[in-house]
Amino acid sequence: MPKPEPKVGLFVTCLVDLFRPSVGFAAVKLMEAAGCRVEVPELQTCCGQPAYNSGDRADTRAIALQVIDAFQSFDYVVAPSGSCAAMLKSHYPELFDKEPDLRAKAEELSSRTFELVSFLTDIMQVSGVEAAFPEKVTYHDSCSGLRELGVRDQPRKLLSSVNELSLVELPDADICCGFGGTFCVKYPDISNTMVSSKTESIENTGAGTLLAGDLGCLMNMAGKLQRSGSDIEVRHVAEVLADMTDTPAIGVADGDVQSRGN
Amino acid sequence: MQSRSHRFKENAREAIADPHIQAAMAKMKVGFTGKRLAAAARLPEFEALRDAARDIKNHSLANLDFYLERYEEKVTECGGQVHWAPTAEDARKAILDICQRVGAKTVTKGKSMISEEIALNEHLENAGIAAVETDLGEYIIQLRKEPPSHIIAPAVHVSKEQVEADFRAQHQHLPADRSLSEPTDLVNEARQILRQRYLDADVGITGANFLIAETGTSIIVTNEGNGDLTQSLPKVHIVIASIEKVVPNLEDASTILRVLARSATGQEFSAYTTLSTGPRRAEDPDGPEEYHVILLDNGRSSMLGSEFQEMLRCIRCGACMNHCPVYHAVGGHSYGWVYPGPMGAVLTPNLIGVEEAGHLPNASTFCGRCESVCPVRIPLPKMMRHWREREFEKHLTPTSFRSGLGIWAFLARRPALYRRLTGLGIRALGALGRRRGRFRSLPLAGGWTKYRDLPAPQGKTFQQLWAEKQKNGGSSK
Repeated sequence: MPKPEPKVGLFVTCLVDLFRPSVGFAAVKLMEAAGCRVEVPELQTCCGQPAYNSGDRADTRAIALQVIDAFQSFDYVVAPSGSCAAMLKSHYPELFDKEPDLRAKAEELSSRTFELVSFLTDIMQVSGVEAAFPEKVTYHDSCSGLRELGVRDQPRKLLSSVNELSLVELPDADICCGFGGTFCVKYPDISNTMVSSKTESIENTGAGTLLAGDLGCLMNMAGKLQRSGSDIEVRHVAEVLADMTDTPAIGVADGDVQSRGN
Repeated sequence: MQSRSHRFKENAREAIADPHIQAAMAKMKVGFTGKRLAAAARLPEFEALRDAARDIKNHSLANLDFYLERYEEKVTECGGQVHWAPTAEDARKAILDICQRVGAKTVTKGKSMISEEIALNEHLENAGIAAVETDLGEYIIQLRKEPPSHIIAPAVHVSKEQVEADFRAQHQHLPADRSLSEPTDLVNEARQILRQRYLDADVGITGANFLIAETGTSIIVTNEGNGDLTQSLPKVHIVIASIEKVVPNLEDASTILRVLARSATGQEFSAYTTLSTGPRRAEDPDGPEEYHVILLDNGRSSMLGSEFQEMLRCIRCGACMNHCPVYHAVGGHSYGWVYPGPMGAVLTPNLIGVEEAGHLPNASTFCGRCESVCPVRIPLPKMMRHWREREFEKHLTPTSFRSGLGIWAFLARRPALYRRLTGLGIRALGALGRRRGRFRSLPLAGGWTKYRDLPAPQGKTFQQLWAEKQKNGGSSK
């Protein structure tokens, strides 16, 4: 069991910070409901993946050290993203292979770092949430969360406790949506082929809402669905779990509920 | 084979626009994955076997010099001969020398990726020797004058209808009204054509899935039995294999065989697992008179001790490409050289240089599906990232991308400045996109908006809103 009222540092992630702060507030609400004290260190920007995955190790290390410092005083570090959480948890230690002191610090951070939904279920022992969402939804498993952190059953478990929500499984939910960070702009044609095949599967489920745990993937799939004229709404799973679905869905204008069924 | 890896992007674009390739990929992406999953599920010790297979290959690579010399001794003891080939050129020369010495006119060939790597067929043809591929997939692409698009299913990009058309065009001595609509018709016709070629052949060339140090044996796995006829009917048998194929003993090969076919096609075992050890002995009823092994390095020894050493564990099952969404999107030919998919993205730059093949390790989302199915647990995404690091060090990363990344990293390392600037930028972008909630196009975001809308930001950053909230009451509730 976790200690009572653990102090959690929210790693907001750059995309949530810039594009969809409501996901950050949903994360805070969920963790507070689970009994955590949540703080948000100012000295965070990004986890460093854009540099890391572009081969720029020097900048990645500098950013990693900054994150390690900023989150030193927390019992847990939690990110509403499997990809960013995996960066801190699995990849930071590898950056300091030849420096035992720094590696130890990175490993220490790693041991305290979690993806939001799995943190709620696995660490805070949350088995259900107070929320309602009268929709047929489908769920995409983002790659890093799924394969690097083993996040699969946790979101499904919490979603099953949301009133009036029905989950229809997405075939090939484990196949990449084609986002891949800088990949989607470096190889737009390939990324488009991948996301097209993904959105086709999503549409075939008949669900009205698509959920996932990573904003990058969500923006990619939402952008493609909207470009192809689909009215499927796209949200971060935390918004539904926190019962914070008053905000317009991703890519939808304020006060402009996407027209359904027209 | 002449590399087209440098034009990966163009290759990919053409493949995406090609309905034949897209239809073939749509089919293969469900077939292989489902079969592997079922095969793995049927074997409770499958995951433990993957560990064992990885450990055997690691041990063999750590003692590669020892096992290769031991292997050579054993081959020699059994009456065979090992030819060490540091380069592709050396390998081609050694093979042509043997063929010319025995006056070969026709050479039959079992499936071998090393043969593709050293562009052997072309070399033999130029010397006036007919090289006949006997694996059905290889035979098809030889007729089509194409390279393989997959390491275990070389013609996976070709439809049944295309094969029928190729056979009708090439086998004109057969009745024009014959039926070729069923796959079995095609297989039977190829068999009938190849049967005579086996008998005509002066030399048979096969690859090797394993070389056994303890016994000097080479092992191939096939599903058509073509390898057996290729290596046992002609007077001369040549095995071509790269150096990392050696394992200590038959026990080790058996362990790896248990994960090989399951990972590749979902079979428990391939239909034929064929062992060959030296030429025909006096008491043997048949077999070749001469037995040669060409051991190819071609850049592999320089991978030992580097961050790419683990790539040498690869047993060429194809599981990584069978599960790769990028491969499914662009097909094998887009990769531009012999080895496609994730294993190719790591191996190819090692063999032909990262200057030529730099796109390959970049064209990955790091989704990790390849690593999750690799029977010898090669950390493929990690090694693709190592290539990106080398490219970044060598300044091979495109300049525009590099400077964008530089500006971003400069800011990311200065949180206060980052907050100020992103706060301003997001406010402007949020105001611009408020009406529609998304952008159909946006300066500098063409890579994104070419195919999809860009969701507009909500207007303020989380950090701004959080700070306001703290000021207005302290509680975040």
